[in-house]
Amino acid sequence: MSIDFAPLALLLLFPALGVVFHLFFGPHLGRHAVNVVGPGVIFAAFAVSLWALARLLTLPPGAALRLTLWHWIAAGGFRVDFALRCDALSAVMAAVVSGVGAFIHLYSVGYMHEDEDYARYFAYMNLFTLAMLVLVTASNLLLMFVGWEGVGLCSYLLIGFWYQRPGYAYNGRKAFIVNRVGDAGFVLGLLLIAGTLAGGGVLSFDFTALAAHRAALKPVAGAVCLLLFLGATGKSAQIPLYVWLPDAMVGPTPVSALIHAATMVTAGVYMVARLHFLYALSPAALLVVATVGALTSFFAATIALVQTDIKRVLAYSTISQIGYMFLGVGVGAFSAGIFHLYTHAFFKALLFLCAGAVIHALGGEQDMSRMGGLRRALPLTYWTMLAATLAIVAVPGFSGYFSKDLILEKTLGAGAGTLWLLGVVTAGLTSFYMFRLIFLTFHGETRLAGDRYRHLHDAPPVMAVALVVLALFSVGAGWVGLPPGFWWGDAFARFLAPATGALPEAAAGAAVGALAQLAPTLAMVTGLVWAWLFYLAFPGLPALLAARLAPLHALLWRKYYVDEAYDLVVSRPLFWLAERVLGGVVDAGLIDGLVDRTGLAVETGGELARLSETGNVQDYALVYLAGAVLIVGYYAYLVLR
Amino acid sequence: MEGYLLTALVFSPLVGALFVLVPEDERGVWRAASLFSLVPLGLGIYLFVLFRPHEAGYQFVERYPWITRFGIYYELGVDGLSLFLVLLTTLLVALSMIYSAGGDIEQRAREFCFYLLVLEAGLLGALLALDLFLFYIFWEVMLVPMYFLIGIWGHGRKLYAAFKFILFTMLGSALMLVAILYLVGAAQSSLGRLSFELPVLYGARLTPGQARWLFAGFAVAFAVKVPIWPLHTWLPDAHTEAPTAGSVILAGVMLKMGTYGFLRFAIPLFPRVAIEATPLFMALAVIGIIYGALVAMVQPDLKRLVAYSSVSHLGFVMLGIFALDVQGVEGALYQMLNHGISTGSLFLLVGMLYLRRHTREISEFGGLWQSLPRWAAVFMVIMLSSIGLPGLNGFVGEFLILLGTFFKLRVAAVLAVLGVVLGALYMLWAYERVSFGAITREANRGLADLSPRELLVMVPMLVLVVVMGLYPGPFLRRMEPSVEVLLGRVRAARLELAQPVVKPQLSLAAQAPLRGKQVR
Repeated sequence: MSIDFAPLALLLLFPALGVVFHLFFGPHLGRHAVNVVGPGVIFAAFAVSLWALARLLTLPPGAALRLTLWHWIAAGGFRVDFALRCDALSAVMAAVVSGVGAFIHLYSVGYMHEDEDYARYFAYMNLFTLAMLVLVTASNLLLMFVGWEGVGLCSYLLIGFWYQRPGYAYNGRKAFIVNRVGDAGFVLGLLLIAGTLAGGGVLSFDFTALAAHRAALKPVAGAVCLLLFLGATGKSAQIPLYVWLPDAMVGPTPVSALIHAATMVTAGVYMVARLHFLYALSPAALLVVATVGALTSFFAATIALVQTDIKRVLAYSTISQIGYMFLGVGVGAFSAGIFHLYTHAFFKALLFLCAGAVIHALGGEQDMSRMGGLRRALPLTYWTMLAATLAIVAVPGFSGYFSKDLILEKTLGAGAGTLWLLGVVTAGLTSFYMFRLIFLTFHGETRLAGDRYRHLHDAPPVMAVALVVLALFSVGAGWVGLPPGFWWGDAFARFLAPATGALPEAAAGAAVGALAQLAPTLAMVTGLVWAWLFYLAFPGLPALLAARLAPLHALLWRKYYVDEAYDLVVSRPLFWLAERVLGGVVDAGLIDGLVDRTGLAVETGGELARLSETGNVQDYALVYLAGAVLIVGYYAYLVLR
Repeated sequence: MEGYLLTALVFSPLVGALFVLVPEDERGVWRAASLFSLVPLGLGIYLFVLFRPHEAGYQFVERYPWITRFGIYYELGVDGLSLFLVLLTTLLVALSMIYSAGGDIEQRAREFCFYLLVLEAGLLGALLALDLFLFYIFWEVMLVPMYFLIGIWGHGRKLYAAFKFILFTMLGSALMLVAILYLVGAAQSSLGRLSFELPVLYGARLTPGQARWLFAGFAVAFAVKVPIWPLHTWLPDAHTEAPTAGSVILAGVMLKMGTYGFLRFAIPLFPRVAIEATPLFMALAVIGIIYGALVAMVQPDLKRLVAYSSVSHLGFVMLGIFALDVQGVEGALYQMLNHGISTGSLFLLVGMLYLRRHTREISEFGGLWQSLPRWAAVFMVIMLSSIGLPGLNGFVGEFLILLGTFFKLRVAAVLAVLGVVLGALYMLWAYERVSFGAITREANRGLADLSPRELLVMVPMLVLVVVMGLYPGPFLRRMEPSVEVLLGRVRAARLELAQPVVKPQLSLAAQAPLRGKQVR
């Protein structure tokens, strides 16, 4: 059942107005106006999303709000509308996007207060929110793709926001291109869906239509799911396309928090959950999703162990946590994956904002080896970041505990023991690198130069508000999804169930033993202890170990040399082909050579022909005679033959 | 008025061309030329308003006997295939005229305006002509002014470029002329009379052998214009050396005369051959897409890069056309407009840059966002349109083409998607080297940002980029009936191909002499 709900239009209208305002009026009206409108429109959108959520709660389960804005593309029997559809899944996503987004916008007011380009910044940020809301509320796959590439565009623009600095724009472009590679898969997935359904006379990308005709899609479900998942590995930075995300960290830190932690990079998880009915048709595709998720989760966590740039650690942590989400949806626990997406949005956004507060206080310093002891100088930052850390490492009672452990439990319940083990180990690694970050940054002796330490200031109020609010959610957001039997139980999953469904096996997943349930927590404690040993108890140990295990350290430090490999295998050959072979040999050499030679031949031919024009009448007469003889001879031959 | 609307449209630029001869000083010339370039645009918009969206046939038809002995008529008409190309032509000519008045043309302004307006008349005539003889005249008319535009007001190796352009095109034209004459002759036996009228010739019966040769004659002429790989090498030279207005018209409209030619002449006249030739043209289109993108990527000259990107984009258009289904052909038509807008804009933007820096070498730029923020912002939007960002115009055409192609030949669609990735690669890279980074050359500091005139020229483009991306309905709706008619012809031919009926080699003259009538 779906009912018309016109206010959905406001969800897009507010950010859209913000974009127009910042582009055309922002620079003229000044910083104050932009500071009000920039976050203001997002708070307004947040209010609308809460309104939609409240409306949904009054409706029976499985209901959806919808709004057709206009007919978008129509050609032949093919028709796609610019239409929104908001069911439980979309409502949660929209609320997270606009809610977390609103506070990050607010934080930005403080973070960007010295930047001259504030209007452009908020224009991009509003545009991003607009695109993200299109992505999560689109009623069809093609419109979703508009949001999908739209957020990619904003990511590109914001990574390269400080375009004057060398290499920043390159990192933005890298993100866009890598995502385009993934999106090529996405488009092929779309085409395969259309090509398959067209045979049955259906030419629609509507989610409801796809769900209704999923039987027809069964033969190609595996291929479709994998192609779309290729798009997801780009957007959500999973193996093999994760390489752009760590480099994306050169963007302003609130951008990293909003786009590269809380919202955009989780779009792939949303897509899989949105198309759960397709993925459910192909166990093989789901297995790929789960495996890629678990492997990415593990490998990214190992890289995070040795990075010293505070934002890079968080970037790899994001990749790793999204890996958990894919593990969740991959074992068919779609709502568990979304649950982790939801809690992760709070604590990872908060981690980035806290890192931003540190960087802001230190005047741009991002290297943790030059921090230390900031606990007393930046108390608010410290306590909020600690709250987020406890959430991400899944301390019982904090939000990450409910969601991450649920995923691991479902993984084991689905019989994927190896992936479960990988997930548990990763939980230990997560704990290690996160506490390493906390210890290096906030504990121990300060390693700041000179007397800078005494001049440090904690975040200004406008930033502090965002930190505190997100900290509250990082701690408490998980309580909407308690294990069955405790108070209200897993209300989150119940709310989402009609929208995300669940594989029968996962729903009836075997009960997991108590020890297995405890394993992730034990791993977490182990990680904490090791981090304490390495960075507080015996601070000389890491350097010693790095020297002893130099090759391993280098492997992790250089991120398994994946960037270098891509460069060698893809970039260089492509340029060689384009420059030397096509541009040089084929175009300039072969084709144009032929053309010029033809031109020359014509010219030479003309010159030769000119020789016959002697101007001597007797020569002409001779030629005339010869021609006449030939013609007469020819006819004579025909007659006499 | 409505009875003569198309004639007024075609001849209004010629009237303008006469009027630019009147003013004594250059300012007067530019003013007159700009004003008179707006007249066809106004008439074009009027035509759009009066155009009946759901009608499949030709509208506003004018038909007067001309050379009755040979069945030649002065016959004009517009349908969903030509309507928007007419509008695009009038828009691009008006904008490039207004732009050129801002200092792009430094010498012999009067002649420049004259040639540009004559060129417009040729283009409009060729788009609206329904008589092959008339079409051929207009087709040739548009070559001469373009030759002069490149040769006189061009840059660098302008004479080489102009000569190459005219040689390539004349080669095609000559073949087409032979094909036209042969077609009329061959059709005479089945039609019972000589006729150059296209609607009549659609009904001609030809032997498969004749059809193949005739199709080849037309196809080569159009393929050069498109250009289809490997007949493209005139394009980078001509586009790069032409003055800005010339490049805009060349890329924006003239290339479409090739793709339009396939839709209006080559395919509906010889649908069976077109079906047979589909694999060939799809293959060439895909090669063009990838080849053009890769070669564009490594161009050191920004204008040449844009020129090669046209090879890639027109490959998409050809792919859609030869998909020969609704989505493909409509997408191709839409992409023709998109390419006119985005590539036309790109040439304008490069021209604006050249005006300020007198170079087009990408390595000469860098950090222009700082010195030319408005220019860079406009460039950004146009670039995104060009790489087919969803939500902007390029995506609608591109996706419809991919869809149509996928229905027909999956592997071609897969390869074309690869071209989409490459498209982003070269455009973003070029953009980054031009606009991002720090300013490394002093000459790039303190440049004047877009003038009001330049903004005036770019704003309509930006509006179209967004509107056509979000709300393509009014465009697609008007194309569809005519596309359906074209595809109906193709379907009929496909049926014939599927069940080859044994046709007696009957004396074709005995057939109803006016079999073309029903087409109307």
